Amino acid sequence: MKLKQLEGLLGTLQQFSHPKIELEQYPTGPHIASRLLYTAENTYGDISGKIVADFGCGCGTLGLASALLDAEQVIGIDIDPQSLEVASENAVDLELEMDFMQCDINNLRWRDHLVHTVVMNPPFGTRRKGSDIEFLAKALKVASCAVYSLHKTTTRDFIKKIAVRDFNARTAEVLCELRYDVPQLYKFHKKKEVDIAVDLWRFVPNANQAL
Amino acid sequence: MRLLTHNMLSSNVKGVVDGFPLRLEAEKWVEKEVELNVDFLRHIFHKIEWKALAGAARAVGYGELPDEADAAMLDAEDFLRRFHHALLEIHVEEGALVCPDTGRRFPINKGIPNMLLNEDEI
Repeated sequence: MKLKQLEGLLGTLQQFSHPKIELEQYPTGPHIASRLLYTAENTYGDISGKIVADFGCGCGTLGLASALLDAEQVIGIDIDPQSLEVASENAVDLELEMDFMQCDINNLRWRDHLVHTVVMNPPFGTRRKGSDIEFLAKALKVASCAVYSLHKTTTRDFIKKIAVRDFNARTAEVLCELRYDVPQLYKFHKKKEVDIAVDLWRFVPNANQAL
Repeated sequence: MRLLTHNMLSSNVKGVVDGFPLRLEAEKWVEKEVELNVDFLRHIFHKIEWKALAGAARAVGYGELPDEADAAMLDAEDFLRRFHHALLEIHVEEGALVCPDTGRRFPINKGIPNMLLNEDEI
């Protein structure tokens, strides 16, 4: 599948109708999502034929993009039942199979390394400090191949240090810097659109085993 | 929820050490055909807890998996088809997952298991 085609399909997905600020529910735009998955598949071969988990899947954009790129099994996890409902509808609309689970990522208990690849757009940890780090720790615990994640560019040095030192990452690499357009979803947003610099990361866990 | 997902999941209730496998109580399930991927099956076989998979398959009325399996069986097409079917083609729509240690029930509604814990279970 071509990048433009992937981006186009992701652009048709329903997004949050009533986003919840305490969960930092920002949609992952089709531009960023398509580039994240396209790179994961075409540069690294981490999607096709793999088991992929989408942590904090929201409306399912990253997980459904993985399914479009022929992941063997995709599992989306979110704490919010309304998001999971929208994500399920999105899967039906695109005629894709994706499993879902309602769970707090903090309390997720999976057997280690059964999942190959975790893709996620975690909360940036601006409303609840440290939530981005909790997602990363859990992702690096369950994944056997790679973790793709978005984090604010301002946290780059910290993310690199903590991933390698504390979460057993063998490598932690920023693939590119992106502009994240956060539309005016919440009342506290003063400007119409807030442009945030985010890094697209690829982490390789120490457990990496090639398929 | 497919049985592959069930095979990954442990009970997350506070104090539970093993918590695997969750006992599957299936009330409603559907089957959807998926293309068979031999390379995937050969690779994933080594990571699958076979007894848990066979038990979950029986809970949805699929008794075609042997009680025990070893890698040599992967050479038989018949075995691969059954393994593939159990792992990827059965979707549990309604039912529950039950913690083997505490008996805590996690409901499955519209195919989605709810693994949220109460405050005193975290």
